[in-house]
Amino acid sequence: MAIDVAAYPRTRWRRGKSLVFRAFTMGSLIFVVGPAVWLIGSVVARAVPTWRWNVLTTMSQGTGGGLANAIVGTGVIMLGVLVMAGTVGILTGVYLSEFAVRRSGRAGGGVMRVAIDVLAGFPSIVLGYVGYIALCVGLGWGFSLLPALMIVSMMVVPYIAKATESALRQVPTNYREGAEALGMSGGYALRRVVVKSALPGIVTGLLIALSIAGGETAPLLYTAGVTNNLPTWTLLHHPISYLTYYIWTDWNQPTAAAHVVSYDASVILIVMVLALLVFARLVVTRTQRHTEGAR
Amino acid sequence: MPIAALLFVVVVLAVKAWPAIRVNGFGFLTSSAWLPGNTYGGVQHVHGVTIPAGARYGAWPLIAGTLQTSAIAILIALPISIGTAFALTERLPRWIARPVGFFVEILAGIPSVIIGLWGVLVLGPYLAHDVYPIVANHVPNVPVLRYFSGSVGYGEGLLTSGLVLGLMIVPIIASTTRDLFLQVPPLPKEGAEALGMTDAEVARRVTIPWVRSGIIGATVLGLGRALGETIAVAMVSGSVLGVVSPNVYGTMTTIAATIVSQLDSAATDGTGFAVATLAEAGLLLALISIVVNLLARRIVSRSSRMSAPVGRA
Repeated sequence: MAIDVAAYPRTRWRRGKSLVFRAFTMGSLIFVVGPAVWLIGSVVARAVPTWRWNVLTTMSQGTGGGLANAIVGTGVIMLGVLVMAGTVGILTGVYLSEFAVRRSGRAGGGVMRVAIDVLAGFPSIVLGYVGYIALCVGLGWGFSLLPALMIVSMMVVPYIAKATESALRQVPTNYREGAEALGMSGGYALRRVVVKSALPGIVTGLLIALSIAGGETAPLLYTAGVTNNLPTWTLLHHPISYLTYYIWTDWNQPTAAAHVVSYDASVILIVMVLALLVFARLVVTRTQRHTEGAR
Repeated sequence: MPIAALLFVVVVLAVKAWPAIRVNGFGFLTSSAWLPGNTYGGVQHVHGVTIPAGARYGAWPLIAGTLQTSAIAILIALPISIGTAFALTERLPRWIARPVGFFVEILAGIPSVIIGLWGVLVLGPYLAHDVYPIVANHVPNVPVLRYFSGSVGYGEGLLTSGLVLGLMIVPIIASTTRDLFLQVPPLPKEGAEALGMTDAEVARRVTIPWVRSGIIGATVLGLGRALGETIAVAMVSGSVLGVVSPNVYGTMTTIAATIVSQLDSAATDGTGFAVATLAEAGLLLALISIVVNLLARRIVSRSSRMSAPVGRA
């Protein structure tokens, strides 16, 4: 550090650039974290003064009332996506990791991979449009649970498939070889050894998919519809409410009661989504500790 | 299943959009009109398709709006993401970098409708009241910067949309870039430092070149997200059809925001032509995002085959 700056004319310049660079890195971090804190803080600050607990237990009435039906609706949609997208996504991930392997050992399944990548980046509103035109109108299903589940599942299957694939790839080769040495059949080894040890990674993918499903608006607006009632146990012809609808619709309604619904729905949704993401993170850190200990 | 789903979506879009493609022709890409026509009576026949009298559609303002907002988002998000990644990997101690890094990742999970709500209720009015006027009053009248002068509006518009989109894609690019930086082996960096390079020089000559294509891939993925983002943009863009914004503050709309805000009223068109036109717009957006995604794939797969790129800086 004790360099004679005067003897090296460029040193001062280079040191200055380095300082600017350091300031830039910390500045950008503040530019990312600052607005995020501002965002969450301002939404909470708007909801808290008018917060009433019965929003969790009463039904919505037009642009006012509570949100119980929407909370249950979002829960039902998440559950449905967990079943539908979870099945398809995990099977796709298993296929990509275990069966779509070329003889050379390199990853195969080219078309499937391209399809998943394209689907992951597909504009959600276009999927929603197709759901509305083809399923709700075309097949006459109306605004209901099944078209909503199908469209949201299309959105999140790529995430689950990729998480499953990378979790399966991280399973040590020893496990597979050990299973084979014990005389297990391929399918049995896959079920009992490989998938089991990849389970934390798969669960993380599912949780992230659930948080996406709960926070989506565009694909649901024209597939799920809206109702003031609790979800019924029907897949077709009965609309189902969800939280994001009330945020999207009520913020620019003329009544204060509507604004309150919008802010309350935002806070409830943030809490739900953050809880899922934190839980997903805990799964990852716990299992990392586990694998390190096992070594 | 994913292949079948994708085929299903593309086929439905194409079939639905076919009449609109025939009627609107190539002018759809360049004209600015968005006239639903007389939906209560007279119809006319163009190329064997029945459309409301006087209906004329052009998507140029939507295409321009989509590209403009995404460009602003990338221009803002890329440097900030790289800076954030450096702060998280090199500058901050581990015990603080880990939770902050997790916070940045979580930011990617905040629902876009909530970001849109904040953008239109808090960020937009603040910028229009306290920031934009200062900028607008002080920019010199030279090319590019000229677009920053003029009426600043009420905070709903192009620049606000771009900023909100930028904030939404920063977590994607930043967390990927951070993971990439962590994969850069320490030896070349230490060697460069031993040769007397400063932090900034190590970053520019060693770390960034080492993972450059990964960063480009992440950026293109972020671009795909920005192009397709619907709800947040629909809330903060002002959703004004038919005009390209004259400066960076003006109200505008994008393809995705138009579909979500117009589908309701399009369904009232008895001939179904308005819905078909939205399908054409959706097909256009889908094609753009497919191209962007495949591009990202190519870049990322090329990067994984590449060996140590030191010296290519």
